[in-house]
This record gives sequence, C-alpha cells and structure tokens, in this order.
Amino acid sequence: MNLKNVRTIMRRELVGYFATPVAYVFIVIFLVMSSAFTFYLGGFYEREIADLEPFFRFHPWLYLFLVPAVGMRLWAEERKYGTVELLLTLPLTIGEAVVGKFIAAWLFVGLALALTFPIWITVNVLGNPDNGVIVAAYVGSWLMAGGMLAISAALSAVTRNQVVAFILSVVVCFGFLLSGLPMVLDLFRAWMPQVLLDGVANLSFLVHFNSISRGVIDLRDLVYFALVIGFWLLANRIVLELKKAD
Amino acid sequence: MLAARNLTRRFGTLLAVDDISFEVEPGTVLGFLGPNGAGKSTTMKMLTGFLSPTSGTAEVFGHDIRRDSVAARRMIGYLPEGAPLYGELTVSQLLQFIADARGFSGAERDRRVADAAARLELGSVMEQTIETLSKGFKRRVGLAQAILHDPPVLILDEPTDGLDPNQKQQVRHLIREMAPDKIIVISTHILEEVDALCSRAMIIASGRLLADDTPAGLLTRSRYHNAVTLHVDDPERAASRLGRLDEAREVEVRNARVTVFPSGRGNLFQAVSRLIEAEGWEVQQLQYEPGRLDEVFRTITREEAA
Repeated sequence: MNLKNVRTIMRRELVGYFATPVAYVFIVIFLVMSSAFTFYLGGFYEREIADLEPFFRFHPWLYLFLVPAVGMRLWAEERKYGTVELLLTLPLTIGEAVVGKFIAAWLFVGLALALTFPIWITVNVLGNPDNGVIVAAYVGSWLMAGGMLAISAALSAVTRNQVVAFILSVVVCFGFLLSGLPMVLDLFRAWMPQVLLDGVANLSFLVHFNSISRGVIDLRDLVYFALVIGFWLLANRIVLELKKAD
Repeated sequence: MLAARNLTRRFGTLLAVDDISFEVEPGTVLGFLGPNGAGKSTTMKMLTGFLSPTSGTAEVFGHDIRRDSVAARRMIGYLPEGAPLYGELTVSQLLQFIADARGFSGAERDRRVADAAARLELGSVMEQTIETLSKGFKRRVGLAQAILHDPPVLILDEPTDGLDPNQKQQVRHLIREMAPDKIIVISTHILEEVDALCSRAMIIASGRLLADDTPAGLLTRSRYHNAVTLHVDDPERAASRLGRLDEAREVEVRNARVTVFPSGRGNLFQAVSRLIEAEGWEVQQLQYEPGRLDEVFRTITREEAA
C-alpha cells in the first residue's frame, strides 16, 4: 500500500465534500441533533452532574442514521456516474482507493465530532468533570463512527443506488449496535452455548463503546474496533473488485 | 507495443468479447468500428485493466495488464465512455488530482496541468465546476486528464462524441499531432472519422473481430470501389450504352444517377469519359468512387448478424 496514493485519494475526497452542501448540512444537523438529544432527552441540566454522559449516550443512535448518510455515496455514486472507471484506471490499487476514501470520510465525521467542543467547555464551566473520561468517550465515539462507516462503505459498493446503500447500512449497523442487548441475545439464549452467546454480545458496538466511554481505554476494545474496520474494508475491496464494472 | 491476446469476456451468458487478438505498434492510430453493443467499450475496459478478462490478457510494452496492472496502467491514458468526471470539482482541481495520482509534484505537477489545459484550450474554465460545463468542454476535460502524463498509449472511447464540428476538428488535430510516436486506440461509430484519422481500422460486431485493415484496404472491399457515378439527362439511354463498355461489369440506375461498376479490365473512368465525349451527353456530375465505408461496414456487420 502506497501511502502517497492513499493521501491523494483522501485529499480529492475531502475537496469533494466541501465543494458541495453535503458537508455543511451534515455538520449542522449533527451539531443540532447531538445538542437537542443532550439537553432535552439526556436531561443535561436536571441531572446536576458535571459529565458528558447524556451527550455521548445518544451518539450510537445519532450515528445509526448519520454515518450511513455519509457512507452511502462513497462507492454508489462513483459507480452511478462512471467515475469509478476513471479512478480505478489510475496507477493505484483498489486497496489504496478503498482506504483513502474511508479515511477521508472518517476524518470528516471526526471533524463534525470535534466541532461539538463547546459542550465540553460548557461542562467545564459548570463544574469539575473528569476530563480523562471525556477524552476517552470522544475516542470511543470516533472509533464507533469508524466501524459504522466501514460497514456503510462496503455496502455502498454493493449497489449504484444510494438509497439502497443507505437502508442496507442502517440495518447492518443496527444489528451491530444491538447485538449486546437482551432483545437480540434472548433470541439466541435458548439454544446457543454460552461461549457463542458471549461472542455475539461481544460484536456489539454498544458494549465496546460503553466500556471505553466509562473512561477505560482497554486494548481489547481498540482491537475490536480495528478488527471491525479492517474486516469491512476488506469486504469493501472484494465487493468492489466483483461489482465495479457491472 | 500494445497487444491483446485472446481477450474474452462474458457477462453471465452473454459473450461480450469473443477471443480478440491483435498487436499495435507506436505510430498507429487504431480505430474500433462497430455497432452499439458490439464490444468496443468492453475491449477497451479490458485493455486499460478496469475489467478483468474472463480469459486471455493484454500487454502494454511488456507489462501484463492482469499480473502487472499498475505498471501497465502507468503507460496508458484513458478516456472512458461518456467521459465521466467528478462533477463537484473544478477543472483545475480535477487535473491536479490526476497529476497527483500520476505521481507528479511541485512545479512539474503545475506544468503538466497547465500544459494539458492549454492543449485542450481549457484556460477560460479552469476555475469552473465541471458539472456546470457544456458537453463539449466536459469531453475536453476528459481528454486533458488522459494526455496529462504524456503516455505512450492512449485509449479513447468515442473521443469526439457530443462535440460540434469545430471541436471535432480540434480533437482530430490533437490526435493527429500526437500520433507519430504513440499508440492511439479510438472507438467511434462515425465512419468519416476512420478515414480522417486512423491508419488502421478494426470492425467489431457481436464481440468478434471481423476485419482488421487500413481504411484504404477496407474501401477495396466495397462494391463501389473504383466505380463511376454520373448524373445525366437521360439515365436509361446512358445506362444501356455504358453497359456495353468492355470495362463495365454492371450498371445501376438510381434517382437519375447512373453507377457503372468496373469489370477489372482497363480503366473504367477513362472509358466513361471518352464515351461521354463521343456521345456528347450533358453531364451535370461525374464522380469517381473510391469505395463506400458505410457499405463495407453494413455488409460485414450484417453478414455476422445473419
């Protein structure tokens, strides 16, 4: 993998994001929604605790719809407009293109997340929060967004229709979110041995995100997100190889 | 050298390209001719490494497009069908991206971008978003990105499609200018373009290579090759006299035009001229026929369909 090629692809993607209203709409919606959830549903003031738990608690659900919205266009649009042919006949590999596009989208989501910093300042003004926990939660949130983004990117290569890509991504991300909840686990509990059941529960974004956002960045959680991202990027590469010319 | 070796591609049960082989040397402008859906674009997609062949392979100056794909692609400039481009970028941003991806940096990158833009006369639209450009400009941006790295092999899928006559002329001029030391493969369904541009032409239909010849060579396959057509006041009488010439094999009258086909003995044109003079006919038009490419094209591609 030639990093210079990855960077070239990444830069082109980022230029493309900010050349259209997509980037600005996404950032504004993300900021508005995350604040609304924090203050109205999360009861930020009423709790009278100086932390960002009510802010981060809703991130998985916000990402569930917003991250597939970023990911859906990654390959579906390239295939629809035929630019995939331009891109993949340049002297670079499919892997470089897949990684470059993914990193650009991930940085973009990261930027939206970083722009929520006023709430961090607010909580520091109001009280004395544990800033270590907050940093960990930000890292966990960004990793979870990366996982969902890798899923969305791979599914975006399956079709040239962005709406189909969006719906598929929401469904698969939903599955990955919920696999730790009793609602899903009860389905398996009756017949699955405990070892496998733990495996299913461990696939959950929520379990790992919650564990990081308590302030403990455990190596196992990092490895989990790295594996999820790696797996789906590999899937993205394979799907693209098979479907690029359809 | 560019070589296709038994290139074959299936889409499900459809055989899109059926065992095509050829070799092209620098200095050649090769034209792919064929009806829509004949397999021209599919062949080009395989030559550029975008589409993997079901079997067979292609080679670009010794680099196998399947095993050594990136090296092969470095030597190719490609204009895909319909000139797809990132519409949200400006022309300048797109060309810079291509230059980056082609491995240029710094002053060299800027020089390449400026050079390609100048050759396609894009100066006035460099800061415009591509999606706001006319079809003609988009096609020229597509060509600019293909020639930016001055590749030894250019593969251009319908390079003049959607251009007005002046722009067509301009693109043909550009291709002719680059022709002497490059391998240029174009696809077209405009027959005059083959005559005007190509030093070699291939007719492809139903995925098969049906003819591989020079444009002049293709013309000799025409029924009209070396025929003479004239426009006279009394075509029926003229036809019967012309039919008795030793040099004539057959005479055809259509819309007051008489076409005489050569028998192969002697010079038909001179014989017809002498007869006109001897008979004192009023001739409005007298035309030597080098052959009709459209007729050759129809005959070859129809035989295939039949």
